[in-house]
Amino acid sequence: MSQESENNAKAYWKANLRLVMICLVIWFVVSYLFGIMLVEPLNEIRLGGYKLGFWFAQQGSIYTFVALVFFYAWRMNALDRKFGVEED
Amino acid sequence: MELQTLTYIVVGLTFALYLGIAVWARAASTGEFYVAGKGIHPILNGMATAADWMSAASFIGMAGLIAFNGYGASVFLMGWTGGYVLLAMLLAPYLRKYGKFTVPEFIGDRFYSRTARLVAIICLILASVTYVIGQMKGIGVAFSRFLELDYDTGLYVGMAIVFFYATLGGMKGITYTQIAQYVVLIFAYTVPAVFISMQLTGNPLPQLGLGGTMADGTYLLDKLDAVLTDTGFKEYTTAGMDNRLNMFVYTLTLMFGTAGLPHVITRFFTVPNVAGARRSAAWALVFISLLYTVAPAVGAMARLNLMQTIEPTKGDYLVYAERPQWFKNWEKTGLLAFEDKNGDGKIQYTADKATNEMVKVDRDIMVLANPEIAKLPNWVIALVAAGGLAAALSTAAGLLLAIASSISHDLLKGILTPNISEKSELLASRIAMAFAVLGAGYLGLHPPDFAAGTVAIAFGLAASSLFPALMMGIFSKRVNRTGAILGMLTGIIVTMLYVFQHKGIMFIPGTSFMGGMEQNWFFGISPNAFGAVGALANFAVAHIVSRMTAEVPQDVQELVEHIRVPQGAGAAHVD
Repeated sequence: MSQESENNAKAYWKANLRLVMICLVIWFVVSYLFGIMLVEPLNEIRLGGYKLGFWFAQQGSIYTFVALVFFYAWRMNALDRKFGVEED
Repeated sequence: MELQTLTYIVVGLTFALYLGIAVWARAASTGEFYVAGKGIHPILNGMATAADWMSAASFIGMAGLIAFNGYGASVFLMGWTGGYVLLAMLLAPYLRKYGKFTVPEFIGDRFYSRTARLVAIICLILASVTYVIGQMKGIGVAFSRFLELDYDTGLYVGMAIVFFYATLGGMKGITYTQIAQYVVLIFAYTVPAVFISMQLTGNPLPQLGLGGTMADGTYLLDKLDAVLTDTGFKEYTTAGMDNRLNMFVYTLTLMFGTAGLPHVITRFFTVPNVAGARRSAAWALVFISLLYTVAPAVGAMARLNLMQTIEPTKGDYLVYAERPQWFKNWEKTGLLAFEDKNGDGKIQYTADKATNEMVKVDRDIMVLANPEIAKLPNWVIALVAAGGLAAALSTAAGLLLAIASSISHDLLKGILTPNISEKSELLASRIAMAFAVLGAGYLGLHPPDFAAGTVAIAFGLAASSLFPALMMGIFSKRVNRTGAILGMLTGIIVTMLYVFQHKGIMFIPGTSFMGGMEQNWFFGISPNAFGAVGALANFAVAHIVSRMTAEVPQDVQELVEHIRVPQGAGAAHVD
C-alpha cells in the first residue's frame, strides 16, 4: 500500500468510527437511558394512553433503531464514495 | 366451515408452498447449500433474515411474556431489535467483505489458529442447540394444539417436519422459503392484532390502539393496570421495574447475542456486496419491527381479554361448566389447567397461589389462543396457526443449517479431513442436522424455560463468546490468538456455569447444584441475563492476555486492514 492510500484508508476508518459512535450514543440513550434508567421520571409524562418511559421501552426505541440503521447505511455509502473506496 | 378443517386447509396450503419452493430451489453444490450461491437482493435478503430471525420465540413466546410481565418484558423488545443496530454497524459489512461462509472460519483466519476455530465451533454449537430447544418448545405447543394432541406427540410430529424440510433445501431453498414464510407470518401476526385493536379501541393500528381509549373512555393501559391490581397482580406498565440492573444487563445480553448468533450473521454472506450488507441489515430491521411494535399491543390486549373473559364483572367469575371452546381445547394439550379449589364450580383467577384456580396458564399459548379468546372468525385463527408454524420452521431450519455447516465445513473439512469431497461434505452436513434435530427434540421434552426464556439462554451463550471475538477481530489489531481463545473460553464458561448452576447441567432437571433460588443471583442478575457479564469477562481477558503475548503477525494485520474497506469484495466463496 502506498503512503497516500494508507493515509486515505486511515482517514476513512476514522470517519467511520465517528459515525458509529454517534449512532451508538443515540442507540444507548433511547433504550438504556429512556427505556430503563430514566423510566420512572419519564413515566410522569403522558403520550396519549402511554406513559412516556413505557412508550420508549416498548415502541419508541424500536422506531429509533430503524431510523438509525438507515441513517448509517446512507452515510456510510456516502463516505465510501468520498474516500473513493466504494465497490466497483 | 369448522375450525379444525379450516386449520388443516390453511396450514396444508402454506406447507405445500414451502415444500414446493424447497424442491424447486434444491441445492446442488455446497456453495448453494451454505450461502445460496451469491447475489440475493438486499430487500429480499432482509425479508429472509427477518423470517430467519423471528422464531417461535418471537411469534408465539414473546407476546405471552409481555402479557404476563408487562413493562418487564421490554427487555425482549429492545434487546431483539437493538442487536440489529450492532449487527448492522459493527459486524455485517465487514464479515461480508471478508467473504467466506461461516463464523468459525472468520475467527480461525483472523486469529490465525485452528484452536480458535475449534473453540468457535463449540461455542456456536452450544448456542445454536440451545436456541433450537426453544424452537422445539414452540413447535410442540403449536402442533399439539392444532392437531389436538398432547405436547410430547406434537413435538415428535414437529421434529419430523423440521428435519425433512431443513435437510432438503440448504441455504438456497431456505432463503426463498423464508421469504414466503415471512409474508405468511407477518400477515398472520398483524391481522388478528388489527381486529382486536379495532374491537377494543376502534383504532386499526395496534401500535396506536395500545395507547388509545376504550369504549368507556378510559385508556386501555390504565384499564389493564386497574384490572390487574384489583386481582392482586402487579401493575402492567410498571411490573419488573424493581430490578432495573437486571433489565439493563438482560437487554445488553440479548443485543450482543443477536449480533453474535451465527445463523443471522450467515445471512449477510448471501448479498452481492458490502453496501448490500448494510442495506440488507437495515431492511431486515424494518421487517422485524413490523412484528415487534405490534407485539406489545398483542400482549396487553390478550391479557385484558383473558382477565375479562374469566371475570366479566368484578367479583363475578366464569362458571367452569360454561367455559368457552378455546378453554376446553387448550385443556387437552395440558398447557392450561383448572382446579376447583373451593368447590363452587367457578374459575377464580388471582395472583394468590392458595386461592388461584387457574393452576396452569402456559404463557406460550397466549398468541395462539388470543384470536379465539377475542372471538375472531375461524379463518383468522387458522391463519395464526400457519404463521406460528412458519416462524418456528424458518428459524429451526436456519439454525440447523448453521450447526450442520459448522460441523461439516469447519470441523470436518477445515480441521479433521481436509480432503473430503463436496458430495461427502453435503452428506455429512445432512447427518449432522439429523442429530441436531434429535438432540434438540429430546431436550425440548423438558425445556428449561418458556420458549422465549430458553432462547434467551442461547443468546447469552452467543453474546459471551462469539460476539466479542468477532468484534475484536474487526475493531482491534492488537487482540491476538491467545487472547481471543482464552477470551472466548472465559466468556462462555462464566455464562454456562452461572446458567447451569441455576438451571441444571444442559438443563436436565435435578442436576442443578444450587436450584433456581433468586437469593443466590449475583447482584440480582437472572441466569438468562448473564451473557453480558460473560462478554465483559471475554473482552477483558482477551485484551489483557494480548498485551502480555506476541503481537499479531503482519499478514493478519493486513487482513484486518483489508476487511475494513469495502473495495474489492467479490462474491462469497469456499476454499
